[in-house]
Amino acid sequence: MTDTIPEMRDTILQMRDITKTFPGVKALQNVNLDVKAGEIHAIVGENGAGKSTLMKVLSGVYPHGSYEGQIIYNGEECAFRSIRDSEHKGIVIIHQELALVPLLSIAENIYLGNERANAGIVDWDETREGARAVLRKVGLNEDPDTLVTNIGTGKQQLVEIAKALSKEVKLLILDEPTASLSEKDSAALLDLLLGFKAQGISCILISHKLNEVSKVSDRITVIRDGRTIETLNKADITEDRIITSMVGRPLEDRYPARTPEIGEVVFEVKNWSVYHPQHRDRQVIKGIDLNVRKGEVVGIAGLMGSGRTEFAMSLFGKSYGVKVTGEVLLHGKKVDTSTVEKAVSHGIAYATEDRKTFGLNLIDHIKHNTTLANLWGVSRWGVIDDLAELDVANDYRKKTNIRSSSVYQTVGNLSGGNQQKVVLSKWLFANPEVLILDEPTRGIDVGAKYEIYSIINQLAAQGKAILVISSEMPELLGITDRVYVMNEGRLVGEMPTAEASQEKIMRAIVRAEGKVAS
Amino acid sequence: MTTETAPQAATPAEAAAPLSIWGALQANLREYGLLLVLILIMLFFQWTTGGVLFKPLNLTNIVLQNSYIIVMALGMLLVIVAGHIDLSVGSVSGFIGALAAMLMVGWKFPPELAFLANPIVAGLICLVIGAAIGAAQGYLIAYYRIPSFIVTLAGMLIFKGLSLSILAGQSVGPFPAEFQLLSAGFIPDFIGAITLIPASQGVQPLVLHGATLAIGIVAVVGMILLSIRTRARRTARGYESEPFALFAAKNIVIAALVLFFTYMLASYKGLPNVLVVMGILIAGFVFLTKRLTFGRRIYAIGGNPKAAALSGIKTERLTFYIFAIMGALAALAGMIYAARLNSATPKAGQGLELDVIAAVFIGGASALGGVGQVAGAVIGAFIMGVLNNGMSIMGINIDLQQMIKGVVLLAAVFFDLYNKNKA
Ligand SMILES: Nc1ncnc2c1ncn2[C@@H]1O[C@H](COP(=O)(O)OP(=O)(O)OP(=O)(O)O)[C@@H](O)[C@H]1O
Ligand SMILES: [Mg+2]
Repeated sequence: MTDTIPEMRDTILQMRDITKTFPGVKALQNVNLDVKAGEIHAIVGENGAGKSTLMKVLSGVYPHGSYEGQIIYNGEECAFRSIRDSEHKGIVIIHQELALVPLLSIAENIYLGNERANAGIVDWDETREGARAVLRKVGLNEDPDTLVTNIGTGKQQLVEIAKALSKEVKLLILDEPTASLSEKDSAALLDLLLGFKAQGISCILISHKLNEVSKVSDRITVIRDGRTIETLNKADITEDRIITSMVGRPLEDRYPARTPEIGEVVFEVKNWSVYHPQHRDRQVIKGIDLNVRKGEVVGIAGLMGSGRTEFAMSLFGKSYGVKVTGEVLLHGKKVDTSTVEKAVSHGIAYATEDRKTFGLNLIDHIKHNTTLANLWGVSRWGVIDDLAELDVANDYRKKTNIRSSSVYQTVGNLSGGNQQKVVLSKWLFANPEVLILDEPTRGIDVGAKYEIYSIINQLAAQGKAILVISSEMPELLGITDRVYVMNEGRLVGEMPTAEASQEKIMRAIVRAEGKVAS
Repeated sequence: MTTETAPQAATPAEAAAPLSIWGALQANLREYGLLLVLILIMLFFQWTTGGVLFKPLNLTNIVLQNSYIIVMALGMLLVIVAGHIDLSVGSVSGFIGALAAMLMVGWKFPPELAFLANPIVAGLICLVIGAAIGAAQGYLIAYYRIPSFIVTLAGMLIFKGLSLSILAGQSVGPFPAEFQLLSAGFIPDFIGAITLIPASQGVQPLVLHGATLAIGIVAVVGMILLSIRTRARRTARGYESEPFALFAAKNIVIAALVLFFTYMLASYKGLPNVLVVMGILIAGFVFLTKRLTFGRRIYAIGGNPKAAALSGIKTERLTFYIFAIMGALAALAGMIYAARLNSATPKAGQGLELDVIAAVFIGGASALGGVGQVAGAVIGAFIMGVLNNGMSIMGINIDLQQMIKGVVLLAAVFFDLYNKNKA
């Protein structure tokens, strides 16, 4: 494919010496970026390196004047004062966190702020027609009148892209578009990008999934600590090369080694069933039996939407679903986990996959977020010991390597990956006996992943029981001792990790789907 | 101090560092900016009223006139930080005032129930009923998830009607002398008067209320010791603090303000009883919001209710308690108000909720929940109070007064948002 791209294509975008400071933080320092017409240009770097910030500068989220440096696009210097200005020029950004309005329809979302209207009156026929046309382009087969809340994350991501296409995009910026997509959806999305490339649309792609990045991108720019390190050409791209550049040293292993010491069964779930909160006769979780031993790391594999998060949340204080039935046993004794507080008091913790909605108080700082689930740990008679709390927050900030100006930085201002680490810190501090981690490394860079795996290992070595839900099969195979496979609310397989492989897991899923179909 | 500040502020690199003087000053500006605004407004009225505002008598009056607003603003702060609103507090306070009047004066109890008319018993009954009213509204809001706006709007109408009904449309009073002490009394001078300038021909005598002075001094010394201890403990644990110059300046300014205020009160009749009640409540609520887990959880549910619930916080129960507290405070405010007027009127308390809510928002609370400070709410209430007082002394018409207060509310929230966006 590379041969088909002429080496000296026109440069469509140049960012020169971009410097951006926030109070107390220098997020970008003299960053340079060149993007050629019709290329897929990836930006990689650790959490908090400044990738999202750079793209916000480019798209006018941070207006001209709030940063230093030049943006030259199509040969002219640009001074975008808002997102609208950059969109006029055909630069469209899809942010790390999706920005769709859940209770509006797909069509309404696509034309939000850009309505098909005459004299302020919306032309619904044209809206639907236009929406259908762009949906076709992204290969999404949904009725434009469907509410966005009723479609899955993968499809929502496609709606975002359709929205970008409706604006005559020339340079599409995608900030971690595949972070919450299944492998299949990710592949489809990347194919779509390759298709765009053929039509002459340039893409800037930010991702922590280095396999994807190395597959589709023509060039890769690495950013570390707010500085450009280098730009790699297609010929030089290998995962190891990227990692070395990102982290500053080669990373020997992706998964830390450990010798499991597995004891007796600590945590057991019996015949767990849950129904959908709105469609009350739809069974979401169907009689699940599972156990985790002392010092064991157990994974739950499955496709997006297989019910893993719903299962975990229903276990954790019935935070999901209705008509929850079944038993939870700790050390062979039945325990009541019907409220979050009771679950926590029994030593069960659940670290959510959706940090913004369920995990964090975004307007408060790191310190308060870290201690929220275990205020008892820093208080006596209901009075908080401020300094003890500060110690704890600093301690966990160091342990999970959170990049921030201090523990007083507002969590909403942290980079996505660092927010994830705050969620982890919070539950680590709660010191649970059973820890359920739902996509614990979503949006986290390779180096930090390694650190989180190390923390998981330490917890296991301390004798905790750990349940990991992850959509990245290599990760499950790399860190667990045993894997359950879930499909449509049922466990359809169980195997020791030593005997497991991606193929075996997929086979278990496919076999189950076959059974359902027949 | 100024020589130290200037060169540091000049270098932008230093300015970005979080603990430089300039940085610390900026961080403090929002917190203390409001206090500065209050002082400026007071100085402004001191000037336009020809020196009346700072007369001891008038300062005492400002405290008395705003006490019930401040008492309710404390509860309203919790409600608003938790992401709710309470529109019923004005009517509830009016209703409790009416109830107090009927218990002590209006209803003729048979002898075996006569104890109900005792001011202390009646006061306690009123507090309990206020808390119960708040709890009932809180129950509907927390457990049935009816929006607080609607529940308390209904409450406002209901209790407006109820006070009319139990007073039968009449004013009821006067209250027993003991009850009036709540609003009209001053603390006894257990130390004795201190005469600075004896009465003689030609000069104004100046006699100070000894106990008030003593309490003021003890409070200031305690405050300074406390902040020195906090600072020392931080340093001992290896944490940096704000620059010493700023720390000292802050303490000196606040101590000077409190001492000045104490002196003013002492040169009139001393510390009003109601200020003692208010002082204890304010200190209690500062402690509650800053140090208690209970307070921390309120900020958490206001900031992100779902994340709070998934962290093991019982959001429903917390909401329920918050409204119960609000109800009790509205009851206390209603009694203070009635005791001040020395009668309960059917119209008492009406519209007060708006002043209370305005005070909390001027004080920097966010309408979205999760943000707000007790000190801010109290200063916000005083800003409104001083505006009322100053404009009345100047003889500005009520219509214009309303408009000016509206503009002040808007300006306060505007600058707060502007500041936040800039940061
Ligand atoms: N509004 C803000 N105020 C203060 N600091 C900020 C703000 N936004 C970003 N930062 C800081 O700027 C740095 C870069 O953040 P950015 O979001 O660009 O990282 P990123 O490379 O996208 O990381 P991730 O992979 O985790 O998404 C971080 O240290 C972050 O804390
Ligand atoms: Mg980012």
